[in-house]
Amino acid sequence: MTPLLEMRSITKTFPGVKALDAVNLSVAEGEIHALVGENGAGKSTLMKVLSGVYPAGSYDGEIHYDGHLASFGGIKDSESVGIIIIHQELALVPLLSIAENLFLGNECARNGVVNWRETFQRTEGLLRKVGLAETPSTLVDSLGVGKQQLVEIAKALSKDVRLLILDEPTAALSESDSQALLDLLLELKAHGVTSIIISHKLNEVRRIADSVTVIRDGAVISTMDARTEDITEDRIVRDMVGRDMAHRYPARQRRAGEPLMEVRNWNVWHPEHSDRQVIRNANLTVRAGEVVGIAGLMGSGRTELAMSIFGRSYGRNISGEVLMRGKPVDVSTVDRAIGAGLAYVTEDRKSLGLILDETIERNITLANLPAVSGRGVISEARETQVAEKYREAMNIRTPSVFQKVVNLSGGNQQKVVLSKWLFAGPDVLILDEPTRGIDVGAKFEIYNIINELSAEGKGVIMISSEMPEMLGMCDRIYVMNEGALVGEMPAEEASQERIMSLIVRV
Amino acid sequence: METAQAAEGHTGKANGIGAYLAKHLREYGLLFALIAIMAFFQIVTDGTLLRPVNITNLFLQNSYIIIMALGMLVVIVSGNIDLSVGSVMGFIGALAAVMIVELDLPVYMTIPACLIVGMGIGAAQGYFVAYWKIPSFIVTLAGMLVFRGLSLWLLEGQSVGPFPKSFQLLSTGFIPDIFGIGRPNGTALAAGLVAVALIIWLGVRDRTHNRRYGMELEPPAFFFVRNVIVAGALLFIAYKLSTFRGLPNVLISMVLLTVIYAFVTENTTLGRRIYALGGNEKAAKLSGIKTERLTFLAFINMGMLAALAGLIFAARLNTATPKAGFAVELDVIAAVFIGGASMSGGVGKIVGAVVGAFIMGVMNNGMSIMGIGIDYQQVIKGLVLLAAVFFDVYNKQKQG
Ligand SMILES: Nc1ncnc2c1ncn2[C@@H]1O[C@H](COP(=O)(O)OP(=O)(O)OP(=O)(O)O)[C@@H](O)[C@H]1O
Ligand SMILES: [Mg+2]
Repeated sequence: MTPLLEMRSITKTFPGVKALDAVNLSVAEGEIHALVGENGAGKSTLMKVLSGVYPAGSYDGEIHYDGHLASFGGIKDSESVGIIIIHQELALVPLLSIAENLFLGNECARNGVVNWRETFQRTEGLLRKVGLAETPSTLVDSLGVGKQQLVEIAKALSKDVRLLILDEPTAALSESDSQALLDLLLELKAHGVTSIIISHKLNEVRRIADSVTVIRDGAVISTMDARTEDITEDRIVRDMVGRDMAHRYPARQRRAGEPLMEVRNWNVWHPEHSDRQVIRNANLTVRAGEVVGIAGLMGSGRTELAMSIFGRSYGRNISGEVLMRGKPVDVSTVDRAIGAGLAYVTEDRKSLGLILDETIERNITLANLPAVSGRGVISEARETQVAEKYREAMNIRTPSVFQKVVNLSGGNQQKVVLSKWLFAGPDVLILDEPTRGIDVGAKFEIYNIINELSAEGKGVIMISSEMPEMLGMCDRIYVMNEGALVGEMPAEEASQERIMSLIVRV
Repeated sequence: METAQAAEGHTGKANGIGAYLAKHLREYGLLFALIAIMAFFQIVTDGTLLRPVNITNLFLQNSYIIIMALGMLVVIVSGNIDLSVGSVMGFIGALAAVMIVELDLPVYMTIPACLIVGMGIGAAQGYFVAYWKIPSFIVTLAGMLVFRGLSLWLLEGQSVGPFPKSFQLLSTGFIPDIFGIGRPNGTALAAGLVAVALIIWLGVRDRTHNRRYGMELEPPAFFFVRNVIVAGALLFIAYKLSTFRGLPNVLISMVLLTVIYAFVTENTTLGRRIYALGGNEKAAKLSGIKTERLTFLAFINMGMLAALAGLIFAARLNTATPKAGFAVELDVIAAVFIGGASMSGGVGKIVGAVVGAFIMGVMNNGMSIMGIGIDYQQVIKGLVLLAAVFFDVYNKQKQG
């Protein structure tokens, strides 16, 4: 059987970077094909080549689709033959309704007049197909990421998709949302839709993929077929990182010392709906050298808790006390919070963590400019040294630290955000989904960094939706539900079931 | 095509230079545009443009635009805009006239007082923008109307003047020849030489730094040619000025201010933070940057520079008129955008804004010499602005 898609010897170069080097990819009709590889391996770039984001002529090689040589001048061309890409970053218009988003640029209209009845009817049909129980007039803004992802898929379905490309669709989703999404993909497959999925979550890959292609440094390392062979996670990992990885989590020595940071009776109200209490009387302690996790479902208030502590960056009518080493500190603005020894690595790196149009170097030093300057004058030499140091330590893949952050792969951007906060030299580092969209090798590096920090006697608060990561890295885990910390347990006693039961019981 | 070539593995020299040029087309383009425009007017005005008198005039006429462009660049980089600068400039001119001519207050008191009033105006507008998050477009549009009205009220619709000699010196004074040569003016020549030496020294220093840290290097030929052009232009201008009355006072203040602002924006933590604020306000805030205060400061600074421009303008005309500063904000804003700043903030350079202001100035001046009507002048300036920004966007798309 001839494959639906065959990409032959694709080479794509950016100034100073060869992102893809003679890549071959073959996808059979009706299969789910997983594309895996380290951060910056070239996965997103390959899919952008396929979908015409990088138009024909800007790369070398051939794309054969459905038996023809394809040459897409833009995304419209690939969409017209049924190739739909859902990018790593969602591309919905927040203040438009679901229905408007679904048919954006593709409106059910006659002579430019929108037929709202038809729009709504078709939207309802599509929403049913993806299993999303929302009304078509709901604003996208009010949906969680999981539901937004489903809207993206519904949008793809509205365009008669044959080949669906999903770039890390579950990176920002909770466990249950991810499951729902994967089930939907399997269902689409039953209806004959072919998909290519990029993911760093190897358990998901194993669960749904019919074949797996591993890319490393812009070249294909291996292609495996789940129908004829057993694909183990270890094997994928080995091909991804080029060596065996015996453990996913580095060994940790527990060494909880004196209380380093204490939060007492912390209450926060919603910034717009002033009658809604978002955080209820939270009490939390981090000891020196301790890694403390906060588990909870999405929307349970973990990010809100962290951001309200970090310079009141979220919420209003905040009350409560923060103590560092037993003494009350002022954390009412971000710079005071930093001064008190806090750092917060946001979960939303694009809009809250980075200045995309600036260089890696300038992003890394931003939160601690005084350390690279004297009397307010920046020393470029010192700044570059610092940036180089972190590039090496964090293994940021880039030709130079003067590269703009927008040109980095998602995972490498995350490393830049982390570098920025490590350079700020905090006593307590709050990590909000620190490994989202990060490959297994880099995750291991980040875990190592966490361990190093705790070995230095610093405290780490980790918020993560990946339960295994929490169990693997934390010394103690708080459980949060609906804005309240409902339980606390040492890691040895913790398990997925125990945490869930605490959440459900309340 | 560029990428295709690179993909084939040609890392030849030609390709390196081509790629470098493609990436920095905007900066070179600006310099060449200025040179081309000057050459054009030099020819069509039969050499009038570059006569010593006219060069002197070019500086005198455009000083207030350049001074305000410095402040406007900061405001625009921070992600805002200030539409009120023309009105504020007129208002301060009127205030100075009333204080000096009608109230007989001494010049040495009036000037600082006017600057402080300018800062106050900037603070008032900045307050609403920074702390109440009212879009700067709206706040300063209001300011534009308010201060236009207030200057009319201050002057009661009349022109007020003339100013005493000491005040006029602000704009029409010249630096005496310290070497006692007279003509050509030794100070002007010496200043030209010093400026050239400084620029080359800074350029070389930058280059060594860039080489040491593996930053992208300007191809040597470019570095050489660019410096020769800049040095030649500086010496040429210095020579021309020296054969007339020497260095105008305003030129000195202009150069000083430009150097200070370029330094602050490019080399200090303050400058870096303003770029960060314009690049991504939320991320900047979460990095501990006091975004509100910076916005507030940017407007205070703008108010002060608008006031300075108002004083210089009034001193040059030797009278304050109700029409002073009318529509000047448009020239200032256009200069900044021609100079490469981005509407969305975070991008733009002081030197770019100054060159942009010169481009506007040379066009104004050249077209006036040619006797082109004000109607066509507006049309042409509008098209140049559009062309410059189009060039920017086009360039960016080609690269992305
Ligand atoms: N516009 C660009 N300009 C320069 N370099 C780029 C550009 N886009 C991507 N790159 C580089 O190409 C390489 C591949 O990037 P790509 O985004 O495809 O990685 P990825 O495999 O999707 O990684 P991740 O898992 O982190 O998302 C990276 O080294 C990246 O820095
Ligand atoms: Mg990617």
